Amino acid sequence: MKSTLKTVLGKFGPFLGLALVILFFSLPAETRQFFLSYHNFKIILTQTVIVAVGSLGMTLVIVSGGIDLSVGSSIALTSVIGALMIQHGWNTAGVVAAVVAAGGLLGLINGLAITSLRMTPFIITLGMLGIGRGVAKWLAANQTVNYDQSPINGWMTTARPFGYALPAGVSVAIVLAVLTSLVLRRTVFGRHIFALGSNEATARLCGVPTFRLKVLVYAVAGCLFGLSGLFQLSRLRQGDPTVAVGLELDIIAAVIIGGASLNGGVGSVLGSMIGALIMSVLRNGSQQMGWPTYFQEIIIGLVIIVAVFLDRLRQGRPQ
Amino acid sequence: MSSAGAGLRLSGIRKSFGATLALRSVSLEIGQGEVHALIGENGAGKSTLMKVLSGAHAPDSGSMELGGRPYAPTGPHDARMKGVAMIYQELNLALHLPAWENVVMGAEPARLGWIDRRAARVLAKGALAQLGHERFDLDKNAGDCTIAEQQVIEIARALLIKPKVLIMDEPTSSLGRADTERLFAAIRRLKAQGVSIIYISHFLEECREVADRYSILKDGESVGSGPMMGASLDQIISLMTGRAAVDLYPRSEREPGAVVLEVKEAASAPRLVRASFTLRAGEIFGLAGLIGAGRTDLLRTIFGLDETERGSVAVFGSVGRSATPRLRWAEGVGFLSENRKEEGLMLGQSIAENMTLTKLGTFGRLGWVSPSAQRRVASRWITELSVRCAGPDQAVGALSGGNQQKVALARLLEHPARILLLDEPTRGIDVGSKAQIYERIGQLAASGKAVVVVSSYLPELFGLCDRIGVMCRGELAEVRPRADWTEEGLLKAALGGG
Repeated sequence: MKSTLKTVLGKFGPFLGLALVILFFSLPAETRQFFLSYHNFKIILTQTVIVAVGSLGMTLVIVSGGIDLSVGSSIALTSVIGALMIQHGWNTAGVVAAVVAAGGLLGLINGLAITSLRMTPFIITLGMLGIGRGVAKWLAANQTVNYDQSPINGWMTTARPFGYALPAGVSVAIVLAVLTSLVLRRTVFGRHIFALGSNEATARLCGVPTFRLKVLVYAVAGCLFGLSGLFQLSRLRQGDPTVAVGLELDIIAAVIIGGASLNGGVGSVLGSMIGALIMSVLRNGSQQMGWPTYFQEIIIGLVIIVAVFLDRLRQGRPQ
Repeated sequence: MSSAGAGLRLSGIRKSFGATLALRSVSLEIGQGEVHALIGENGAGKSTLMKVLSGAHAPDSGSMELGGRPYAPTGPHDARMKGVAMIYQELNLALHLPAWENVVMGAEPARLGWIDRRAARVLAKGALAQLGHERFDLDKNAGDCTIAEQQVIEIARALLIKPKVLIMDEPTSSLGRADTERLFAAIRRLKAQGVSIIYISHFLEECREVADRYSILKDGESVGSGPMMGASLDQIISLMTGRAAVDLYPRSEREPGAVVLEVKEAASAPRLVRASFTLRAGEIFGLAGLIGAGRTDLLRTIFGLDETERGSVAVFGSVGRSATPRLRWAEGVGFLSENRKEEGLMLGQSIAENMTLTKLGTFGRLGWVSPSAQRRVASRWITELSVRCAGPDQAVGALSGGNQQKVALARLLEHPARILLLDEPTRGIDVGSKAQIYERIGQLAASGKAVVVVSSYLPELFGLCDRIGVMCRGELAEVRPRADWTEEGLLKAALGGG
């Protein structure tokens, strides 16, 4: 009986969580109608995009056995860079490329520092959290970077309440999620990431180029964080160096709720996406219930603990 | 003989783990204030016996008496409380804390939770003085102490509980001669205070120097004991090894071919001092020696896991400048780690992932991997090597040791490696699986592969190998054809006795 519970939790754990959360907010009659409306569904998806794209990169990093605390700063920095580029009259393709490259560069530096200095990812990326934020404020001269108009502004809008089309940001996030999932599960690069996170010594013994792979993982994740910064820019319609403070914790939480292990070697893109959705639905639902934000924070904190606890039950591993 | 009843007496101790019988029947008698050397080959059951004594394992049958009273510890803590303390080969110290804190650790004199520092220091000083180290610097961090000083701290800690029996496992393995002398002096002081000491060591000369009596363990059985005085080295060695060879080792028809591996004066930090040998296709070369003699280091250096500091390694005639495991696999060299859990396998990943990791790129095109192709290959090896499992998707961590080893071996076979470096290929696996693995290694050599086998189990080396080299203190000293070795000669060479 216990083993069936384990398989159920294992296969559907995150889905079950999402279903429970949605069910919970659908119960009160006064909020149900709007909460379950297509428009709200669209709002929730759009609100999830930034965390979702960030957690794609974070899934790669965490499965490889690492961690990246500099995501929030990376998002702020890349969104400031994007805003400056628009100010200077770059076209949209140029802006997108520059922002993704900037994020990738930050990740590359993280990866190189971790491997060449032989320091733990926690310390290096904690340092980068400060450095990235500082550089963002410096570039932005400690204020928001405003610009007139850009097509990028339209990628995250939910303004048309009767339109069925999803905003571009949501579509891009979905496509990226499918791609990342395939890469992680079906390519040599992806399987090597699992090997690295599962047992670095074995990976090295079996000829996996562990140093190069680590650097690559942080760089690819950095590119995704850059994209996340782009959507942040699109949402605010200005470059704000103080945005996304603490977002790294939301992103890590999404990946962990989705069943990844901080020890590496375990995790899935689908899980992380559902983890991100669970947190969005919680925020959205709490707002509609009129709960204060501190209450939302408490609930999200509890959800993280419960999710990881259930995950441990699933793996049947004490401690 | 010492007064029976005052010391430690074991009779008919038996202990098995699953199908493996670790201790068949062990009887020992150790008098009060006696230093008793426990001698045996690796795998003879010494460590299991020590774990039974120190309460980590309960025996299946047999009885123990300590000081004339039945002794049946419920756990390591209980064993210590009853007066049996153990000094492990790997020291257990908090390296960032000063010596005195390490000595009193776990037995801190305290009042309402506050440590009485003065009393603690007095206690620590007393214990150290008991060992003849009156002037030990109590405030020196354990991490700044030499290995010998660390060992003194560890023994002093054991003395705090006023032990009746002190077990020391290979205490001199990392000590120089002068420190060994000081250790022996401390042992004699403890002996004079009535402490019984079980002294485990591979160094027979040292046993002769410090022990009063000896017992020999072989294949989980006590096969002999007596007073150390007057016992000859040869007598002890023949008791340790004397065995009728079982036909576990079917010999395959094979002819040595071209030289495929040439190691010249190779050295690497910290243990490998110097090693030279050549290996031919179709040949099985054995490496004997004590644990820590540098055998594993030699394999790791060849495979590029450790950096070659001096000398050269030529694989198929080409000397690579800096070898990496990646390069070696590409050249057709495979390595089987002695440490399945830490290094050899990804326990959390599936059998299929583990078997195919070295050549993932070949399971699809353009960097893609086809899981069904991985599974197909894994299923084939599961059948071929009769791996007992639920299927290729099962996590390796869920398998038994022998089956895990087969998965690790399948990786080399699938790759396929032409030079196989096998480090303790049958460690911790049952006799049935062993026979299968021996047979497979023989077949590999017959098909023209070259094999290096590191083993601590001499019958295995004699049964399997064409030539055997002995390593001692980081050097590969002697290489001879198998027929030119005797077990006694090999053991002597391993002990550095020439």
